[in-house]
Amino acid sequence: MRTLIFRTVAPYFTSLMLIYSVFVLLRGHNEPGGGFIGGLIAASALAIYGIACGVSPVRRAIRFHPMAIAGFGLFMAAIAGIISLFVNVPFLTGLWIYPEIFGVELKLSTTLVFDIGVYLVVLGSITSTALALEERERD
Amino acid sequence: MQLTFYALFAPFIAALFAPMLVRMFNHNAGWILAVVPALLFFHYTGFLPEIAGGGRVTGGVEWIPSFNVNFSWFIDGLSLTFALLITGIGTLIILYAAGYMKGHPQQGRFLSFMLMFMGAMQGLVLSDSFLMFFVFWELTSITSFLLIGFNHDKERSRRAAMQALVVTGLGGLSLLAGLIVIWNITGVSEISLLLGTGDTLRESPYYLAAFLLILGGAFTKSAQFPLHFWLPNAMEAPTPVSAYLHSATMVKAGVFLLMRMNPVMGDTVLWETVLPLFGGVTLLVGTWLAVRQTDLKLMLAYTTVASLGLLVMLTGFGTDKAIEGAVLYLIAHSLFKGCLFMVAGNVDHEAGTRDVTKLGGLMAAMPITFGAALLAALSMGGLPPFVGFLAKEEIYYGIAAADGWSMFITAVAIVGNALMLVIGFAVALKPFLGAKVETPKAAHEAPLLMFAGPLVLAVLGLVGGLLSGAFHKFFSSPMASAVAGTPLKIEISVVPHLGLALTLSLVTVALGVAMYWAMAWLRGRMANLLEAIGWGPDIGFDQFMQSLVKGAAALTRKIQTGSMETYVTIVFVALLVSLFGGLYKADEWPQIPEFPRLFVYEWAVILICVIGLFSVIIAKNRLTAIVSLGIQGFGVALLFMLMGAPDLAFTQFMVETLSVVILALVMTRLRLLPQDHRSNYQIVQDGLISLGVATALTLILLGVVQTEFDPTLTEFFNAYSYTIAHGKNIVNVILVDFRGVDTFGEIAVVMVSGLAILALIRIMPRKTNPDLPRSENTEEII
Repeated sequence: MRTLIFRTVAPYFTSLMLIYSVFVLLRGHNEPGGGFIGGLIAASALAIYGIACGVSPVRRAIRFHPMAIAGFGLFMAAIAGIISLFVNVPFLTGLWIYPEIFGVELKLSTTLVFDIGVYLVVLGSITSTALALEERERD
Repeated sequence: MQLTFYALFAPFIAALFAPMLVRMFNHNAGWILAVVPALLFFHYTGFLPEIAGGGRVTGGVEWIPSFNVNFSWFIDGLSLTFALLITGIGTLIILYAAGYMKGHPQQGRFLSFMLMFMGAMQGLVLSDSFLMFFVFWELTSITSFLLIGFNHDKERSRRAAMQALVVTGLGGLSLLAGLIVIWNITGVSEISLLLGTGDTLRESPYYLAAFLLILGGAFTKSAQFPLHFWLPNAMEAPTPVSAYLHSATMVKAGVFLLMRMNPVMGDTVLWETVLPLFGGVTLLVGTWLAVRQTDLKLMLAYTTVASLGLLVMLTGFGTDKAIEGAVLYLIAHSLFKGCLFMVAGNVDHEAGTRDVTKLGGLMAAMPITFGAALLAALSMGGLPPFVGFLAKEEIYYGIAAADGWSMFITAVAIVGNALMLVIGFAVALKPFLGAKVETPKAAHEAPLLMFAGPLVLAVLGLVGGLLSGAFHKFFSSPMASAVAGTPLKIEISVVPHLGLALTLSLVTVALGVAMYWAMAWLRGRMANLLEAIGWGPDIGFDQFMQSLVKGAAALTRKIQTGSMETYVTIVFVALLVSLFGGLYKADEWPQIPEFPRLFVYEWAVILICVIGLFSVIIAKNRLTAIVSLGIQGFGVALLFMLMGAPDLAFTQFMVETLSVVILALVMTRLRLLPQDHRSNYQIVQDGLISLGVATALTLILLGVVQTEFDPTLTEFFNAYSYTIAHGKNIVNVILVDFRGVDTFGEIAVVMVSGLAILALIRIMPRKTNPDLPRSENTEEII
């Protein structure tokens, strides 16, 4: 699959898809989207990059082992739940704050943290599988 | 009250710091760590006046209120005496262990395990709630496993540890089941309340079940024949462990359980037949096997088995005096057996061998140890004025009567006690008296840390006998009352009292002394007898474990053939059967729907799906088939979008894309043949199965659509998704907020399967080395 056209286009394509995946993740609470679907988009973006340019550029690009990313996602989701315990509400109860930044009201919540966790778990787990499969003979 | 709460955790906290303290102070850390059990001991002595006055102390905190499970404790005569033995002997043992293991590289770990065990045992006897009792019970099994296997580089230790864990672990499960049965019969889950339920348990039709299950727990823990074999093997553990766990405390947990249950489960024909029978057999088997041994620790271990048998026999005998005898003997045994084990440890440590035939004349070199040993042996032999004497007298008062059963049991007790005396003297006298024998090490007296423990215990056995009034008032009478369920007052003292009991005592002593002189001959006889039998439960255990492993392997080979095609076929046939079965059972076949009226472009999408499926079937190679299947998937996603489910469509698109990519990667990775290699017969079979499953699913879906729609949930989420969860996308709000815990579990599963897949892919079958046997090659792959 290492055609010149594909290899030239793939990096741009991947970056666009990654940006789009973040967009989908963030709009998820009110419009179609969310962490799961965002994670799937990001994972396919990386899979495409891997098919086009080989596995090692992808591994270099994401810096961390994909399973570590997934692990961090699970950790974030857990933290999002545990924060609730400190304000004496049951585990995983959503908490909201509305800070104003540059005059724009932002809606931030522990559910958002949780959703980002979901995003990272899906991204990490699938990317790890895809990359491991794309890798030819080891050692 | 709250102090007891902290007391229950104190040993575990001390265990946490033990390794650090040992690193800082070497073996002197024992002095610091022993402060913890000593303080606990003083804490529990504070309860003595109240308990001696007939009181009971309960306390606790709510643990899981919704299940009515509490973290609660219950102190009466029985648990208080046990707690004092555990913490008191525990203090001495920690000091002893500090001396015994001096210089051992893992001494910190050892002391840590010992303290953990102490915490578990303390919790076991003080627990009020059933679940707590069970948890601590299992904790004693686990810590005992760690301690028996402490010398983990020795194969025998590992085997002994595993054996103890398997036997007592199985017993623990039996106990749990028993407690649940009792919970269901009586409706109470706390021991203090259970004791007030009177005859409920005895009259229940499920009494037999509860009885057998509780017995399963007690007999494994207290090493009753034929489950006694793990206890002698546990002597592989360092001596402090044997002295503490396998004589004074843990093995008595089973007896403790029986004594606890005696007021509510005892006094039935079953109880009074089974317990004395098994106890009596264990007593005889234990003592005779003890005679056979030449290793000091093994001799003591078998007499421990025998003593446990005696205790079980007395607990089940049914008279008040028998219970009093059991209580006195239990206390006496903890004192003298703990002491004798430490003596054996001292001899081993200083002279370099535990083989009784290679020892002699150590009295001059080790006078203090000898003194302790002598006092303990006199108590074990049941001679005045020791606690052991009181116990034996009371036992004979309790069981001697004119009927046949009592005479039989009495005879058993006499033989057992006489042999106990034999072993006591063999351990305490043989190594010290007579001509000096050359030992592997030049023997000299053990250090203070190591003779303090046995000396204190031995002297206590004497003091208890002399001050029998106070001893009974604070320890034995309250304990016996708790076991009997009615107030009892023990009055036995060392003042000579002519009568049947004293006569029986004299018979016992005479028999014992006679057998002591004939010991070498007896040992030879026993060795021949055992050789003639050739098989024992210990060998049986190995056979059992082997057949278990072999059976499991055979079963695995049978159901895990390793062929993916077989697995998939089985899964889909099962699905087919359950789907049709469900429809047939409920008799809810859907009506044939009317022909759908769709727009032209919707028909077009459906056509694309059909074409996709068709090309899957006719595809020449696998890659084409996979991609064609993707066409169908995209078509369905498109339909979702047209029908107003953008979220679903969105996800379907991504899942389809990724599955095509991953399937294609898997194919290249596994180097599958590009062509399908199935025979025509198999193609037809697989085709039929897939058609069947498809039909079943279609029918179910049609049926679901035709039933009336229940809008409750939809309305709920419509109404609350924005007001409560601040989100307009209901699907997402459900995922991350309303059912957030579900999602949390799911992403954990996603991650774990990711890890599993990674591991699977990384297993690279290395080139098999033909020189190695097959098993070693497989290990390399794993």
